[in-house]
Amino acid sequence: MATAHGATHDHSHDDHHHTPTGWRRYVYSTNHKDIGTMYLVFAIFAALIGAGFSVIMRLELMSPGVQFFNAADGTPNGHLWNTVVTAHGLIMVFFVVMPALIGGFGNWFVPLMIGAPDMAFPRMNNISFWLLPPAFILLLLSAVIGGGVGTGWTIYPPLTIQQGAGMDLAIFSLHIAGASSILGAINFITTILNMRAPGMTLHRMPLFAWSILVTAFLLLLALPVLAGAITMLLTDRNFGTHFFDPAGGGDPTLFLHLFWFFGHPEVYIMILPAFGIVSHIISTFSKKPIFGYLGMAYAMVAIGVVGFVVWAHHMYTVGMDVDTRAYFVAATMVIAVPTGVKIFSWIATMWGGSIRLEVPMLWAIGFIFLFTVGGVTGVVLANAGVDYALHNTYYVIAHFHYVLSLGAVFGMFAGFYYWFGKMTGRQYPEWAGQIHFWLTFIGVNLTFFPMHFSGLAGMPRHYVDYPDAMSHWNYVSSMGAFLSFGATIFWLVFVVFGGMMYGRKVGANYWGEGATTLEWTVDSPPPFHTFEELPHISPTAHH
Amino acid sequence: MVGKRVLGILGVLSAFAGLGVASSASAQPIVGVPHEWQMDFPPPFTPLMAKVESLHDLLLVIITLISVFVLFLLLYAMWRFHASRNPTPTATTHNTFLEIAWTIIPILILVIIAIPSFRLLYYGDKATDAAMTIKVTGHQWYWDYEYPDQGNFKVESRILSEADRVKLKPNQPRLMAVDEEMVVPVGTTIRIIGTAADSMHGWTVPGFGIKKTVIPGRLNEGWINVTKEGFYFGQCSQICGNGHTYMPIAVRAIAKPEFDKWVEQKKKSAGLLPATDVASATAPANR
Repeated sequence: MATAHGATHDHSHDDHHHTPTGWRRYVYSTNHKDIGTMYLVFAIFAALIGAGFSVIMRLELMSPGVQFFNAADGTPNGHLWNTVVTAHGLIMVFFVVMPALIGGFGNWFVPLMIGAPDMAFPRMNNISFWLLPPAFILLLLSAVIGGGVGTGWTIYPPLTIQQGAGMDLAIFSLHIAGASSILGAINFITTILNMRAPGMTLHRMPLFAWSILVTAFLLLLALPVLAGAITMLLTDRNFGTHFFDPAGGGDPTLFLHLFWFFGHPEVYIMILPAFGIVSHIISTFSKKPIFGYLGMAYAMVAIGVVGFVVWAHHMYTVGMDVDTRAYFVAATMVIAVPTGVKIFSWIATMWGGSIRLEVPMLWAIGFIFLFTVGGVTGVVLANAGVDYALHNTYYVIAHFHYVLSLGAVFGMFAGFYYWFGKMTGRQYPEWAGQIHFWLTFIGVNLTFFPMHFSGLAGMPRHYVDYPDAMSHWNYVSSMGAFLSFGATIFWLVFVVFGGMMYGRKVGANYWGEGATTLEWTVDSPPPFHTFEELPHISPTAHH
Repeated sequence: MVGKRVLGILGVLSAFAGLGVASSASAQPIVGVPHEWQMDFPPPFTPLMAKVESLHDLLLVIITLISVFVLFLLLYAMWRFHASRNPTPTATTHNTFLEIAWTIIPILILVIIAIPSFRLLYYGDKATDAAMTIKVTGHQWYWDYEYPDQGNFKVESRILSEADRVKLKPNQPRLMAVDEEMVVPVGTTIRIIGTAADSMHGWTVPGFGIKKTVIPGRLNEGWINVTKEGFYFGQCSQICGNGHTYMPIAVRAIAKPEFDKWVEQKKKSAGLLPATDVASATAPANR
């Protein structure tokens, strides 16, 4: 890592620029910190809705039989169930994890970490954010107008062709959210490649900035493919094309290839920024530089690159040629190698360090272990032969919730606790953070670990009901879900609001000598404009 | 003379009735069902699933060791290098030996996994010397099974309502009992060719090691060889709309001679065999 000189005092008396006030400050924003804040607030709001849906789902699945999802005549309403399941997935992926990690923490901290005064395209940054609320509204409307989308988040045809008008609204929602992310990706790439402070070569850039750089390239290359695929769905539904209709010479499998060509990089898009955050936190709270910095940076690059050539491991059961399946098995297993390098490098960073177990560090260490558990079940699923037994069962749900709810979400909370004081100027209450962590840790493990068992027993995904023998693990999962949701409400009240209202005020660097990146050299909260004078970066002794 | 004729007819009729009763009663054990608190795969009911489970056993050992190892390292580091016990951190950021080791060892582990994995993949791909073929078609929201090698009659398989299940097949699990199962002979390699009529569906039986996403306009091929007589149940595994939860897969595996008899009945019901005597012409269409 590099040390910064200069810019230790801010020109906070803005000469002839007033900090904007009122609604214009946010609607017309060109400020990366305000835009980052808007993304974070939006993500929290969407998360409450997405998590709310999951609580409703677990309420239903708590006992065998259909208790809540019944139609007017008392028979089960499978379509309503499918709609809730689909909404949960789409909201969490597109309106929670991505806005929080990339839009939120990315916007807040990439310019600060590289010593840039703002993003390369501050006004485009604003529209990236403001495209999201309309996209979210369209998604919510799709449930209300035109009967809802009951296809799962992967929206495969022919089922999607059968859906009512709500499907078209959902397609437009994804178009807009995709555009938001593509513009954001352009912004991050340009900013990181062009606006690093003098002396900050790419090999001296903080790992969180590296993670956002790789993520931005994935977004740029993968999202247009999703856009194409869903446009083809739109024309199949409304304009008489037959891309996915065998009666017209098309094939649903084409959609699967297009979707997963986007879909697999998408999951790396969701996790890479969390990798970056964890690197910063482990380093800060071990008071040691990250072990093997170059290995860490290029492991992320490798994961990003290889992530583009493994998509069909989501499609082992559709009838692809056996040699093709064999290739995808091999390629998928390759990704375990750079991921393992990262896990061991984080541990090696802690090794010999001087560790403080404050709340951000708890989330980061929890991430390392739980992401490992999620990752190894991914290795199990990578084997096509075993996947035949596990595809579309709760084992898959367990796998991706471990890497997402216990991976990406732990990364989000870790970043929140790490940077809360920096963003708000007030520190979170440590006692409340500890309670939140432990309640969540117990809750999410209770929720998702039993799903491995349900999956091995054969319980399929997207089911509103299950054979009676499967009820026990489902009950345990539901208890865990309610505990986790309770922990989230606790967090909102005692950590977020409690911290913002009553937290102790903090200075520029409230974590001490372990915090070595540039955001710790500016006030908490930073002035409206930072680094109007660029800092100079010089190499430290060990590079 | 007439009396003997009537007795003869009655005898044949009751034989047929008896056959019907025997084949619809639970002469086969209920084998392939989930168990309470189940934590692992069901026992394997086909040679393919036996190989799947053995690979999974290997994988489970490896992933448990890795997870426990990582957990141990983390817990040890949290304790040994806590600020209270280690106030001065080192500045170590490199160790070439470690960096090589934790790249090479995972590669070796993956190779150890890959060898049986590829063998399994190729073994499960297509049947070698299949004795017969069954064509499976997924519909919204039921399955149909066609037997092209036995005259191409069709069996439609729909979930039983709960009231009917309790009345007719109380030993079979809720959400899994159907009106007519897919009947197969045990110990026979059967090619399964799957397709769908409307949306995608997923045909699978836990314990068989087969799962096929069936897609309109495509044929998807797999195989099974059920080793033991019994009833086996699976559930549709590709979201397909309102009735996705309610289109189970039920397989009844019976001995080969019984299967042949069942085929004969089916062909008669389907009108594929000419009626040669009064008895067979008036026999009830048994299941």
